[in-house]
Amino acid sequence: MKLDLKKLKLRKINETLQSIDPKKNNKNYTIFNPEGNHAICVGLTDDIDITVKGHVGYYCGGMNQNANITVEGNAGTGVAENMMSGKIHVKGNASQSAGATAHGGFLIIDGDASSRCGISMKGIDIVVKGSVGHMSAFMAQSGNLIVCGNAGEALGDSLYETDIYIRGKVKSLGADCIEKKMDNKHLKKLEKLLKKAKLEKLKTKDFKRYGSARKLYNFKIDNVSSY
Amino acid sequence: MCGIVGIYLKSKKFEKDLGKLLSGMLVNMESRGPDSAGFAIYKKEKKEEFKYSICINNLVFEKFKKDISKKIKYNSILKNSDHAILSSKENPNKVLSILNEIKEISLVGYGRSIEIFKQIGNPKDVVKKFNLEKFSGTHAIGHTRMATESAITTDGSHPYSTGSDECLVHNGSLSNHNNLRRDLIKRRINFKSENDTEVAAGYISNHLSNKKNLKETLESALSDLDGFYTFITGTKKGFAIVRDEIACKPAVISETKDYVAIASEFQAMAHLPGVNIANIFEPQPGIVYSWGN
Repeated sequence: MKLDLKKLKLRKINETLQSIDPKKNNKNYTIFNPEGNHAICVGLTDDIDITVKGHVGYYCGGMNQNANITVEGNAGTGVAENMMSGKIHVKGNASQSAGATAHGGFLIIDGDASSRCGISMKGIDIVVKGSVGHMSAFMAQSGNLIVCGNAGEALGDSLYETDIYIRGKVKSLGADCIEKKMDNKHLKKLEKLLKKAKLEKLKTKDFKRYGSARKLYNFKIDNVSSY
Repeated sequence: MCGIVGIYLKSKKFEKDLGKLLSGMLVNMESRGPDSAGFAIYKKEKKEEFKYSICINNLVFEKFKKDISKKIKYNSILKNSDHAILSSKENPNKVLSILNEIKEISLVGYGRSIEIFKQIGNPKDVVKKFNLEKFSGTHAIGHTRMATESAITTDGSHPYSTGSDECLVHNGSLSNHNNLRRDLIKRRINFKSENDTEVAAGYISNHLSNKKNLKETLESALSDLDGFYTFITGTKKGFAIVRDEIACKPAVISETKDYVAIASEFQAMAHLPGVNIANIFEPQPGIVYSWGN
């Protein structure tokens, strides 16, 4: 089914996609003329396939559950923010805070993601084929961030339990983020996620793993006088 | 918030459409700044002539024209809504001191090729009021304002111009502008408002007058200006953008063989010709991107 943002209001399109009857409705949708509009495909709950033909604005696919969204262009700030499940594939670049606070699902970015990619992520798996900007995975709590290119300054600052895998160079690590040993368990997990992103030809041994030193988020009795 | 836009033509193909392209960009940025809007447009210069962009506020144009003709020898004075463009071959310092003494008007910019128009109101109404669609030129910069740290007035609207053919638009806020303003006043830079962006414009004018080029000036601004900012700045033949190192304030660049367009969000440039095949990227934090000089 074709949905044209030049003819229909964004609210109408989102309402259509949010109220799918799986028995009656089509499961494939194409959105034309997104023209950088914000909040395209937010709050979807059904297992449907959507292709967006062009560049989207802020918060595309926010709060997504189950839907499979492909953006044939670039995405603005906060693509897949607070996603719960489902998949979002950005074929171009993504702006800042991609996958912010997302609890689950899978986000693939074919190009680069700018600053704060995966900020406060809580269980999502993010694969960036290009590079990520500064402060990526800031306060990230759970899930996996895989970057095939480089990472900017202060990667994983104040990190909790997200695993970060970087293939290229890391400009600098944030507070409490350290390089960690890649054991079999991690290699297998990385292999599985690369396969899911159709990146089987990349070698898992070329990646380095980063995680929390766990020195920052536990209260230490020795520091009591500082509070 | 605030929306900033700019377009620099690399070829002559769209010179006649420059106003139309910029108008669409400003209107599309209404959501980021509904309080006031303004634009600076660079046109071909005329020999020996300087142009002065004046907001005449509540004055009756015919009366202003009559009064000014007694004080300044001008070649032309053209009315555009509540603004007027005065062209003169007289010494700019003399003209500026006369214009600055007339309390009822605001001099919003001057130079060989720049024309500036800015006013309070919704961007859609502001571009219509000044008939921006009819303008032609080589490059242009615009702003839609959501007022935060100073009042909604013409003087609080962008672009700011504190030197010949210079202009600046800003999305963000500066935290050390009071100290900088005091320092720049000592260096004989004049300010008309309490606005932080005007201080940044003054800083740029001061550096450019010390024979630094636009790129060097903005590179030194990165260490001297404290706060959040994405700046787009224009000179007679140049155009540049810089974001602070934290880069909370957005910006996106579209480049084709015919133009470079910059905006806070992609939706401001969705109507530009050939944008779907343009090279679209975000300027990296703390790096100056410039075209021309």
